[in-house]
Amino acid sequence: MMACLLEAPLRISVLSEVTATSRHYVDRLFDPDPQNVLQGVIDMKNAVIGNNRQKANLIVLGAVPRLLYLLQQSSSSLELRTECAVVLGSLAMGTENNIKSLVDCHIIPALLQGLLCSDLIFIEACLRCLRTVFISPVTPVQLLYTDPTVIPHLMSLLSLSQHTQEYITQIFAHCCKTPEHQTVLFNHGAIQNIAPLLISPSYKVRMQALKCFSVLAYENAQVSMTLVNVLVDGEQLSQVFVRMMQRDKPIEMQLTAAKCLTYMCRAGAIRTDDNCIVLKTLPCLVRMCSKERLLEERVEGAETLAYLMEPDIELQRIASVTDHLVSMLADYFKYPSSVSAITDIKRLDHDLKHAHELRQAAFKLYASLGSNDEDIRKKITETENMMDRIVSGLSESSIKVRLAAVRCLHSLSRSVQQLRTSFHDHAVWKPLMKLLQNAPDEVLVMASSTLCNLLLEFSPSKEPILESGVIELLCSLTQSDSPALRVNGIWALMNMAFQADQKVKVEIVQALGTEQLFRLLSDPDTNVLMKTLGLLRNLLSTRPHTDMSSHGKQIMQAVTLILEGEHSIEVKEQTLCILANIADGNTAKELIMTNDDMLQKIKYYMGHSNVKLQLAATFCISNLIWNEEDGSQERQDKLREMGFVDILHKLTQASDPNLCDRAKKAMQQYLA
Amino acid sequence: MALPSCQQCALRRALCSTTVPTRHCRAAAIRGYLTAARIDTTGLLTGDPAFNYQEHELNERLKRLYPAVNEEETPLPRSWSPKDKYSYIGLSQNNLRVHYKGHGKNHKDAASVRATHPIPAACGIYYFEVKIVSKGRDGYMGIGLSAQGINLIPHHKPPDGHSFCSSGTGQPYGPTFTTGDVIGCCVNLINNTCFYTKNGHSLGNNLMKNDLRPNLYPTVGLQTPGEIVDANFGQQPFVFDIEDYMSEWRAKIHSMIARFPIGERLGDWQSVLQNMVSSYLVHHGYCATAMAFSRATETMIQEDQTSIKNRQRIQKLVLAGRVGEAIDATQQLYPGLLEHNPNLLFMLKCRQFVEMVNGTDSEVRCFSVHSPKSQDSYPGSPNLSPRHGATNAHLHNTGADSPTCSNGVTPTNKNKSHNKYTGVSSASSSPSSSPSSVNYSESNSTDSTKSQHHSATSNQETSDSEMEIEAEHYSNGVTESSTRIMNGTYKHQEILQADDSSVGNGVADDSCSSRQLCGGNQAATERMIQFGRELQALSEQLCRQYGKNATHKKMLQDAFSLLAYSDPWNCPVGQQLDPMQREAICSALNSAILESQNLPKQPPLMLALGQATECVQLMARVRSGSCSFARVDNFLH
Repeated sequence: MMACLLEAPLRISVLSEVTATSRHYVDRLFDPDPQNVLQGVIDMKNAVIGNNRQKANLIVLGAVPRLLYLLQQSSSSLELRTECAVVLGSLAMGTENNIKSLVDCHIIPALLQGLLCSDLIFIEACLRCLRTVFISPVTPVQLLYTDPTVIPHLMSLLSLSQHTQEYITQIFAHCCKTPEHQTVLFNHGAIQNIAPLLISPSYKVRMQALKCFSVLAYENAQVSMTLVNVLVDGEQLSQVFVRMMQRDKPIEMQLTAAKCLTYMCRAGAIRTDDNCIVLKTLPCLVRMCSKERLLEERVEGAETLAYLMEPDIELQRIASVTDHLVSMLADYFKYPSSVSAITDIKRLDHDLKHAHELRQAAFKLYASLGSNDEDIRKKITETENMMDRIVSGLSESSIKVRLAAVRCLHSLSRSVQQLRTSFHDHAVWKPLMKLLQNAPDEVLVMASSTLCNLLLEFSPSKEPILESGVIELLCSLTQSDSPALRVNGIWALMNMAFQADQKVKVEIVQALGTEQLFRLLSDPDTNVLMKTLGLLRNLLSTRPHTDMSSHGKQIMQAVTLILEGEHSIEVKEQTLCILANIADGNTAKELIMTNDDMLQKIKYYMGHSNVKLQLAATFCISNLIWNEEDGSQERQDKLREMGFVDILHKLTQASDPNLCDRAKKAMQQYLA
Repeated sequence: MALPSCQQCALRRALCSTTVPTRHCRAAAIRGYLTAARIDTTGLLTGDPAFNYQEHELNERLKRLYPAVNEEETPLPRSWSPKDKYSYIGLSQNNLRVHYKGHGKNHKDAASVRATHPIPAACGIYYFEVKIVSKGRDGYMGIGLSAQGINLIPHHKPPDGHSFCSSGTGQPYGPTFTTGDVIGCCVNLINNTCFYTKNGHSLGNNLMKNDLRPNLYPTVGLQTPGEIVDANFGQQPFVFDIEDYMSEWRAKIHSMIARFPIGERLGDWQSVLQNMVSSYLVHHGYCATAMAFSRATETMIQEDQTSIKNRQRIQKLVLAGRVGEAIDATQQLYPGLLEHNPNLLFMLKCRQFVEMVNGTDSEVRCFSVHSPKSQDSYPGSPNLSPRHGATNAHLHNTGADSPTCSNGVTPTNKNKSHNKYTGVSSASSSPSSSPSSVNYSESNSTDSTKSQHHSATSNQETSDSEMEIEAEHYSNGVTESSTRIMNGTYKHQEILQADDSSVGNGVADDSCSSRQLCGGNQAATERMIQFGRELQALSEQLCRQYGKNATHKKMLQDAFSLLAYSDPWNCPVGQQLDPMQREAICSALNSAILESQNLPKQPPLMLALGQATECVQLMARVRSGSCSFARVDNFLH
């Protein structure tokens, strides 16, 4: 307490002293003699370099508006205006709060205005300051695009000097965040203007130009397609990138060049079997995952590699055997290491900061590696403690890690063998169910998708999941706004209903409710509709379950609705199959037989041009006239009257063997 | 799935071929050898251009990949060895193709073959590839490395669903391979790892066991009929980009060297470097440069300035081919030196004789007033200190000097004015008689007047011989000459060219004019003959005194042989007349003088350089792979 009392006044006095000197600097900016003002700005420049408190003081004391005023004043000497820009650039180098204050003072338009000057030194000073402001995360990038004349002007300044090249490309690289930004830059000739900078004598310029291309090409087919045809000094751009990936080049350059080629490849501009991808980009990215690289580089390397090979099984196969990648990734989970915790606080801090990033990157890469090939999935699950790591990843605090872990789990869940073995052994369904309770949509999509696979009939996890009350959860998913979640919800229910016992089916129907069922049958998303029909089929299949007297009418209504509506062949086929299932039920048969309208529809589809629909409709009739069942004679008679026999007869001549066969079997029912 | 263990053992045993010298194997080995020889002959008879081209490409590639390897000491593998193989192995296609010709009934029938030579450590990183031409019946093939007598690192790869086995552990390793695949094997002797590649993709590093490192041979093992593989030891471009991998290691090692910690001794470090440079300058007598350097860096020069200049003068004389004067000056400045070094004296005298033939020694030059062109020895003169030649003429003021003796570059009309100066200075510095002649170069340099020269040729040329010049001039000289020093010592070619251009037309004339014995002067020839007799006498005297000396005899014979040809410059022993030959004797004399002054006969810089070079060679011998990327010439630009 005593110490505090003594210290407080002391601190205040020091502060006031500092403020006094700072005030002096600001006062000099208002001197009537321009020469004194210039000297004042120069002194201020020397005073603020590397002194964050001084910077903050000057900002608080209102130096910024005055400096901006002097900078914009055409009566100011060029020297003064340049020094003002330099001081502002120095202030921007401070804390994020400094940047905020500068942006609030409208420094950006003022500096952009300054770029119209013809003096190179002044332009460079303005650009340097703009660069520092724009690369800060607190500056809204949109400010670069508000005035449409800015981008073309920046493009024209690219030719002036290496400094303008470095600053402008750095600004572009940081401010290109959306497809719209990409398009603006592209339309103003970014590619033609920046491509020559890739062979600039200055490393910084080369590097920033390369970064520009990586942000421009990301998920942008237009840019990527243009890039492949660009020549730099007679050399194809992709070859320039390949050279930048050579192993004696700086890591930053190798990694960024690999990103460029990855994005161009994913955007469809380079084939996945091109040598520059298979023999250069992929091995380069695998190298970036090695223990020798910095943690940041390993994260970026793994994420980029995951993105590169996501759609291509051949790349996945090559990567899985390159440089022990699968076991190399296991090291990503060893941060912070037990050694760092004891020996080095700084290192522990560093490790902790990157631990989440590393884990999520590794999960992503495992997910990508295992998305198609069964052998790779086996290799992954056999990696040390892999399943445990996924399980604990599912309940980590970081959303990014949870999402990546569930992606990884989803990728592995495509394996029948893994579902039967490791998934069950590690009871992955438990954390998965927990994850589903309360998660953001993107996690939910992945988790529910994984759940679909876990609910497959042969999965040993199906039983425990059922017991955990999953039905309610899935039914609520079908009411989601997101089509992906609705699909997954209904898909999971469909899988669950497959060959399930009556109890489960009743539970599903009750939980879902007829109303929701109809809503799903009129869902704008075809996938949802298809899975709903699939669910109906599964609910109705096997005779004892077919006679769902309570919903009979509604189901018939739904079937009519779909058969009359504008739907794809697949949807209609699925619907006719449902009808065939109904026709198989003891009492449900009557629902069709008493509905002449429906019988006419079946007749129509038997004569349809699509064989699949003909087949499904024939199935339906075949079930209705099946001999061994009660009342089959009446039904046969009625259908004969309606002309079905003629149609069946015609179908026995059909070119499709299945259809022909099915029609013959149906005809036999009459003969018997 | 790994191989059943019994098969692994068998294959490993099979690959270890030299340990099984059964009679059966030997006989088969000879048969294999004959087969291979026949194919070789056919290749040669038809003079297959493709083969020659391949051979050429192989040599080029090996040179590029392994520049540090001295193939006379440690030849590189270029094919499979027809001697070092199992009988079930057949070789063809210049011993590059391996096929299995046994029964392949069980694992006892496994067989292997090694390359002709082990991998030299000086490779640093070594790589070869094998293409699976046919996987044969079962595809039990191993590709890898083996050590002589010891077991190897077999990399077995049965193509059908089986896997590689890595060394010793028997762990399954890597993906499967099959017909059409190219499997590569890389040995990194820097970090002692090896890795395999499949179709251009690295499969990842494995540590090598210590005892496997020395003398690893590229090896393949086969086990079932129909198995055929082709080796690529560099005959063709590799599928895997090994040069890219090497470039990474080169960069690593270079940055390791660049960042080698010198710890707290930063100051010491700097002064060591400064002393290295300074002592080098002093050693070679770059007096002015050395002074300027020591002034700028505040270092001390051990040797007296006058002494440096004297050495410089003597060296210039030798390099200019004026050996007689050099001997005189040495005897005068360092009395007793040559008396104590009769061998050196003899060498000098022999050289003097050669220079007489050349027409450059002053004892014959004085006769030949009429053909200044042929006398002009300076343009082609070699220089430890390059470009001294141009100013030499003004330095030596032997009384006999005639105006025509001055540098061919100097226009005749200017010679007169020169002569005046020379005349003035020669008064104070008459040769061999005056004890104060030690200083005569200084007095001469007061005629630093050669301002014409300053403008005509680049100024450093004179700065060496001139003493009192403005400071800025010195600093210029320092930077210029420091780059030149390296050149001067290692790249004679360049200096000569530089000299040529600086002296210009003198050389051009020289090369077209026909050279004549002793400058074509009768009196000079007689003097030469007389000198030859004296030399013969000296040789006999030395022989009596110290016993026979084969080197002397040879030297004398070579020198006298020049007279046997009408055009000594174009005769089998004409090489002696090349001004370049002066350098060795010049540095020997310089070293002898320094030694007599109790100074090191070699500059520390050269010692360090020599040590570094030797050290790198030693690294290769003790199998430290990084030597391949730490070559001294990489750092001499």
